[in-house]
Amino acid sequence: MSLIQETDFGTPKSKSEAMVTLTIDGNQITVPEGTSIMRAAMEAGTQIPKLCATDMVDAFGSCRLCLVEIEGRAGTPASCTTPVMPGLVVHTQSERLKKLRKGVMELYISDHPLDCLTCAANGDCELQDMAGAVGLRDVRYGYEGENHVFAKSHGCENDNWMPKDESNPYFTYDPSKCIVCSRCVRACEEVQGTFALTISGRGFDSRVSPGMNESFLGSECVSCGACVQACPTATLTEKSVIEIGQPEHSVVTTCAYCGVGCAFKAEMRGEEVVRMVPWKDGKANRGHSCVKGRFAWGYTTHKERILKPMIRERIEDPWQEVSWDEAFNFAAAKFKGIQQKYGRDSVGGITSSRCTNEETYLVQKLIRAGFGNNNVDTCARVCHSPTGYGLSQTFGTSAGTQDFDSVEDTDVVLIIGANPASAHPVFASRLKKRLRQGAKLIVIDPRRTEMVESPHVKALHLPLMPGTNVAVLTALAHVIVTEGLANEAFVRERCDWSEFEDWAAFVSQDKHSPEATAIMTGVDPKALREAARIYATGGNGAIYYGLGVTEHSQGSTTVIAIANLAMVTGNIGRPGVGVNPLRGQNNVQGSCDMGSFPHELPGYRHIAGDAVREQFEAMWNVKLNNEPGLRIPNMFDAAIEGSFMGLYVQGEDILQSDPNTKHVVAALSAMECVIVHDLFLNETANYAHVFLPGSTFLEKDGTFTNAERRIQRVRKVMTPLNGYADWEVTIMLGKAMGFEMNYSHPSEIMDEIAALTPTFAGVSYARLDELGSVQWPCNEKAPEGTPVMHIGGFVRGKGKFILTEYIATDERTGPRYPLLLTTGRILSQYNVGAQTRRTENVVWHAEDRLEIHPHDAEQRGVRDGDWVRLTSRAGETTLRAEITDRVAPGVVYTTFHHPDTQANVITTDFSDWATNCPEYKVTAVQISPSNGPSDWQKAYDEQARNSRRIAPIVEAAE
Amino acid sequence: MSSSPDKLVYMANQIGKFFQSQGHDRSVQGISEHIWKFWDPRMRKQIFAHLDAGGAGLEPDVRDALLKLRQQA
Repeated sequence: MSLIQETDFGTPKSKSEAMVTLTIDGNQITVPEGTSIMRAAMEAGTQIPKLCATDMVDAFGSCRLCLVEIEGRAGTPASCTTPVMPGLVVHTQSERLKKLRKGVMELYISDHPLDCLTCAANGDCELQDMAGAVGLRDVRYGYEGENHVFAKSHGCENDNWMPKDESNPYFTYDPSKCIVCSRCVRACEEVQGTFALTISGRGFDSRVSPGMNESFLGSECVSCGACVQACPTATLTEKSVIEIGQPEHSVVTTCAYCGVGCAFKAEMRGEEVVRMVPWKDGKANRGHSCVKGRFAWGYTTHKERILKPMIRERIEDPWQEVSWDEAFNFAAAKFKGIQQKYGRDSVGGITSSRCTNEETYLVQKLIRAGFGNNNVDTCARVCHSPTGYGLSQTFGTSAGTQDFDSVEDTDVVLIIGANPASAHPVFASRLKKRLRQGAKLIVIDPRRTEMVESPHVKALHLPLMPGTNVAVLTALAHVIVTEGLANEAFVRERCDWSEFEDWAAFVSQDKHSPEATAIMTGVDPKALREAARIYATGGNGAIYYGLGVTEHSQGSTTVIAIANLAMVTGNIGRPGVGVNPLRGQNNVQGSCDMGSFPHELPGYRHIAGDAVREQFEAMWNVKLNNEPGLRIPNMFDAAIEGSFMGLYVQGEDILQSDPNTKHVVAALSAMECVIVHDLFLNETANYAHVFLPGSTFLEKDGTFTNAERRIQRVRKVMTPLNGYADWEVTIMLGKAMGFEMNYSHPSEIMDEIAALTPTFAGVSYARLDELGSVQWPCNEKAPEGTPVMHIGGFVRGKGKFILTEYIATDERTGPRYPLLLTTGRILSQYNVGAQTRRTENVVWHAEDRLEIHPHDAEQRGVRDGDWVRLTSRAGETTLRAEITDRVAPGVVYTTFHHPDTQANVITTDFSDWATNCPEYKVTAVQISPSNGPSDWQKAYDEQARNSRRIAPIVEAAE
Repeated sequence: MSSSPDKLVYMANQIGKFFQSQGHDRSVQGISEHIWKFWDPRMRKQIFAHLDAGGAGLEPDVRDALLKLRQQA
């Protein structure tokens, strides 16, 4: 193993198909038109010295080091800003060039500290490399003159010197080492799209400045790390590198946070992670990252990780640390006892959308084949299950239609109920790049999210009342159909025409017009009509949506309405268009693909289908139950009723993340054995009888599948601190229960998946190593995977238009609960926060806040920062208010990252009609000033503290 | 929505509302197929028992769909 060195070609790749041939240093080279001479030379293997150029950003031409000579042209042009032309004859090395470069380097070094030996970038410094490359041997100017290097010169304070900025928890800004190449500034603009950095001053006074000469932490900086990655010196350096030193080997793996699925190089020293650096060949992220994947991996070695198995008879007892065998035997005896007493169907499990495909597959296999029932579900139940239902009904597959690269060909972006800038930041950066090139943006969201207004991006925003998605989308369809904007040719060719006619007649009714629905939706009819026209006629239209679509009582209907819109405008089946669910967790797509839903086997095939089930029975050598099992909310109901008594939960905190916490508490308390398999004593573990320590993504091999259907490798870089990878734990648990599963490596599990699942038939670890990643379907028909789906026709045959009647949720506001609460995420935290709360990311978000409009706050006497009591029909909690007009009057908003807030005490039992996906996004609430935590919060906190006690180990007498 | 039949009736009616706009026949077909595909047997058993006990609260299409589903079972 060695450190993966990625080639820096200096300038970005040209997409042109026209080729140009030129001569560089006597060698003929053919490259796409628009390529720089610098890049052409590098592709031929010649590295022209450079400092301000890097291939993640456009050429800038400021460092004057990459000069070349071109025959027949005067002067020495910069090779980074000079494009290739047919027949050019270029020389990259000559006496004149050598002298010029040495002169430039001498000037750079005359204002740079010479502490190379003790510098954090030692061994990874482009300035050092270039000094070597140009043969700099002497700096004639000395260091006595004006400089930015020393705090004092000639005994006086040096006004040019600036101290280090250590405000960001993950990286340091040392201005004394800056060469003002502006790579960081350009990375912030071009790659990230935040525009937090600039160069202030001119000439010798030029400085990198976060915001208006603020600290990094105090500026708009979102800590994505692009600037640190771009910096050629030690000016911007990861604190982990400063502390540990340079890495010695690296392994490509996949981030375990959101559904974007960024590829990273885990840069290591032995088994210690030095840093995570986004991998340029990663097809989801193309070399970019966000604050979570890049920096927030400290939880993997956090002191609160539980590394030993634990058991207890009753949840009131303290935990007892035991051996793995004892824990497995205890769990197996409990589960067997429950099944004997209450029947085969009285136990079940929940697979994790954070674990690998292989681990998820094993858990559902254990439940179906080992427990002998289909009581398996996954946290996708509470996020994207309506996507699965809606897209399979209309298109025939339960997944998004595009790859992320597709956004580069999009002309109109329609974002519904999603805030990628916070929840899918790397995709948001790619999207913003396209928007800055001129693509149009429409955002349908109750809140004015970060996507609505950001530097050089201004969306047409339709702020709707929470819960009225279907009315708004049907009104969009109304405008498209009644104004004659439908793509009839596409519909006639690809869709069922008579279903289309029914649907067109339905949406054309006056009651679906923007004017008629405005009273419910609150959306300006003129703006809605404009949005419909832009989407239908503005070129390639792509829809991206999130949990603001699915987590409603009409979640599935909304997904269907989205599919209808894409079909009626012909925006399906080519790059730049499509329907794209932004998946919440890293492996939500994968966990759904792997048969985590109670009614379907891997590959979305219903359990009642004899032919498919028999294949699994033959492979697993067991008879399977042909009836669908319980979904998560049904499990809770059945537990309270007394027919569901044992649950195995892998990597999912159902108590914090599922709605109506009191109901979940009642259900978990009713169960006789809850097995939690996790990294930490999460909230669910407060009600568990067995705790099996989990492993992190750094400690195991496997695959994740991201929102693009892209299957990517997760590679082990360190020994599991808890001793075993999660797939091994599931195998051992199964064995104790009398169900043998024999695999020596996750690749063998993937081989079994491929053998049983037609859409995965071509997937193997060898294939993934060879191609880097593949998007399913990957089989004989598509051996390299399928970036864009439904090309030439829908998977189900004809696209199916389905009527989408708007039905208001039964969660209504009234005199007692006059406000609507909706929930979401923030950039720095992830899901229930179990990981990110255990990192320095808390500096950005230490607590959940309640966003409330100034008007509503004023009426209730609430000031910014005040504690407020938030009450719904389900429960109450307290948190601090943030007064903002991002939310409309009548709407309040909060995040659910912190267990002490318990936002889900407030959310209700209402759920999607088709999938029981909870209605997190609409809760009628009241707000009143408060002095502090509610009684429930206090009682909960006490129970949690009590429940987390671990008994001291007593040595057993021989 | 605490006691189980109430909750199941609520869920079944919610399914019914989605299919309502498709007309009686397709609605009954859609509802029965949905319940067959996604409901655990114990949930179906409970709602059938509720149906036998008079089926209070069930919308007409939903009632027809459940009758149809039970015939098939």
